[in-house]
Amino acid sequence: MAENTPVLELRDVNKSFGPIDVLHDISLKVHAGEVLCLLGDNGAGKSTLIKTLAGVHRPTSGTILMDGDEVSFDRPKDAQDRGISTVHQFGGTFPLMTIGRSFFVGVEPTKKFGPLKIFDRKTANETAVKAVQDFGITRIDDGDRLIGGLSGGERQSLAIARAVHFGARVLILDEPTAALGVKQASHVLRIVLEAKKRGLAVIFITHQVTHAMAVGDHFAVLIRGALAANFMRGEKSREEITDLMAGGEALADLDSIIEGYMETHEGHPPAPVA
Amino acid sequence: MNSATQSVSTGTHGARPGLGVTLGRLARRPEAGSLLGMVAVFLFFALSAGTIFVSPAGFASWLNVAAEIGIVALPIGILMIAGELDLSIGAVIPASSLTLAIISGYYGLPEPIGIAAALAFGLLVGAINGFLVLRTEVPSLIVTIGTMFAVMGLTLGLSVLLTGSTSTNIVPSPFYKALLGQFVGGMFQVTIFWWVGFIIVAAFLLHLSPFGNWVYALGGDKISARNAGIPTERLTITLFMMSGFCAAFVGVGQAMVYQSAQVVGGQSFIFNSIMCVVIGGVLLTGGFGSVAGIVLGTITFSIVNQGIYFTGFDPNLGSVIIGALLLLAVLMNDTFRKMALTYSTKKKS
Ligand SMILES: Nc1ncnc2c1ncn2[C@@H]1O[C@H](COP(=O)(O)OP(=O)(O)OP(=O)(O)O)[C@@H](O)[C@H]1O
Ligand SMILES: [Mg+2]
Repeated sequence: MAENTPVLELRDVNKSFGPIDVLHDISLKVHAGEVLCLLGDNGAGKSTLIKTLAGVHRPTSGTILMDGDEVSFDRPKDAQDRGISTVHQFGGTFPLMTIGRSFFVGVEPTKKFGPLKIFDRKTANETAVKAVQDFGITRIDDGDRLIGGLSGGERQSLAIARAVHFGARVLILDEPTAALGVKQASHVLRIVLEAKKRGLAVIFITHQVTHAMAVGDHFAVLIRGALAANFMRGEKSREEITDLMAGGEALADLDSIIEGYMETHEGHPPAPVA
Repeated sequence: MNSATQSVSTGTHGARPGLGVTLGRLARRPEAGSLLGMVAVFLFFALSAGTIFVSPAGFASWLNVAAEIGIVALPIGILMIAGELDLSIGAVIPASSLTLAIISGYYGLPEPIGIAAALAFGLLVGAINGFLVLRTEVPSLIVTIGTMFAVMGLTLGLSVLLTGSTSTNIVPSPFYKALLGQFVGGMFQVTIFWWVGFIIVAAFLLHLSPFGNWVYALGGDKISARNAGIPTERLTITLFMMSGFCAAFVGVGQAMVYQSAQVVGGQSFIFNSIMCVVIGGVLLTGGFGSVAGIVLGTITFSIVNQGIYFTGFDPNLGSVIIGALLLLAVLMNDTFRKMALTYSTKKKS
């Protein structure tokens, strides 16, 4: 990765909720055309970190830079206006809204209606349906259907499709593959690679080593809110990454499992599926 | 609303929009239940009350009631779709009525000043409600009960302090009387026409403008709405200001119609408007509802409220009917909402 200006940079970012310190002195860079895999155990602070980048939370201290300039996001809209598009771990769709309306919440397409501007339902529905169909979910063909009638994975796909549609510079995905089937999960990975090829910076949170290994260029591991490791692809082995993802605590345990595996598999470690 | 190519029951006959399709499409709308309810209630009173109920005087009796509640029910319904409640309207209505009566009646200042002050007062209470709900994060039910009592107390205190009385008369000039307080054809309050205007504006805002999309998103999932880039705080305050404004407008109309204003009165609007809205298919917890539903719910409520006097029944029976209707409406609306959720085109891909 060339040493050009990172799209996003965090410098000594701290975040606490009242007395609870969640993030400690995080310094991290993400470049254009790079996939950063953010790894760590449950409760490590991954979602909190990306929420500070998405404008949901303001850091308690520290700075965020975009293209080398200091930025401060007071609300999610500020981050979106800068081209940062986020799929959060939970929510993101509205059960009692139609697919077309939910897809365009906050960025509604309009058309002229006399002197007035009205919501362009047709464009919204067509764009939304096309976006999810491109995602391999061809069952959805009517933008007037309510979100609540879709499956969890279909909703997740819709949320990701939305982020991809509006993401201009940075795409942040918080456990996007958690609810997805094999086909849709691999599609998300393909989308991530495609976004990277288009020059976007992607921040990808996952608990699945396979998914991380498949797309990651750059790995950052959080343990209890601190940056425990920060390395590029190829600098650490799959086993080391697995241990780090487990919070560093399951080390001995995992080692023996992997050793046991290697013994019964003629010295081969578990094969990367990607 | 829906594209014309979907069949509800069977996907195989996709391109035949027949009666079944039209009915099916209607059944998925938030106002489906309230339409049925209104028709049933109307037929019931038309049959049991005789011809007087379907005469112009019969229509006027419930339309006059519907118009006043309806103007408040619209913003209350939109607030409820956004996941909030506003009970303070019950105090804003008499307070704004008195504001106008004291300024233009007691002190004799020109009506535009009195009207502007009354409406500004409504907007102010709304802004305070919105601000308190956002700052304290206390449910709006509690916050607006608080502001309701505060406004009630202030109204009484100021009225006695300024005029030495709890009621004030106002004799509006002919122009303002015609604009806000006359009876068209001797029986139809001009408020009915204002109501129609408010309905058009509300329908445009909620169903055609992007603003409406924000309201549904806010009521559906507040956090996701904010994450999606909606200015949720500004939106919440705006919605409370709308209900404050509409309540003040009704108060102004009442002062013009009755040519007097009292400290008490207006409390009935609190429950009545909520009932109209819920009968109209708005989900109490937010995220679902329509202007058409709110209007139908208001009409249904008003027909029962007034129609009972045209029958030989004990007027107290009217309350029983309204209570039963409310329960029935909620059950029916739940059913229709489930139908809307499970609706699929069932095309195999
Ligand atoms: N709004 C909040 N107020 C108080 N504490 C919070 C808040 N949000 C998160 N936390 C705390 O911060 C810690 C990190 O949470 P976070 O959601 O960032 O974890 P995560 O790494 O995303 O975990 P997971 O893998 O389970 O999604 C947790 O201990 C959580 O309880
Ligand atoms: Mg998380």
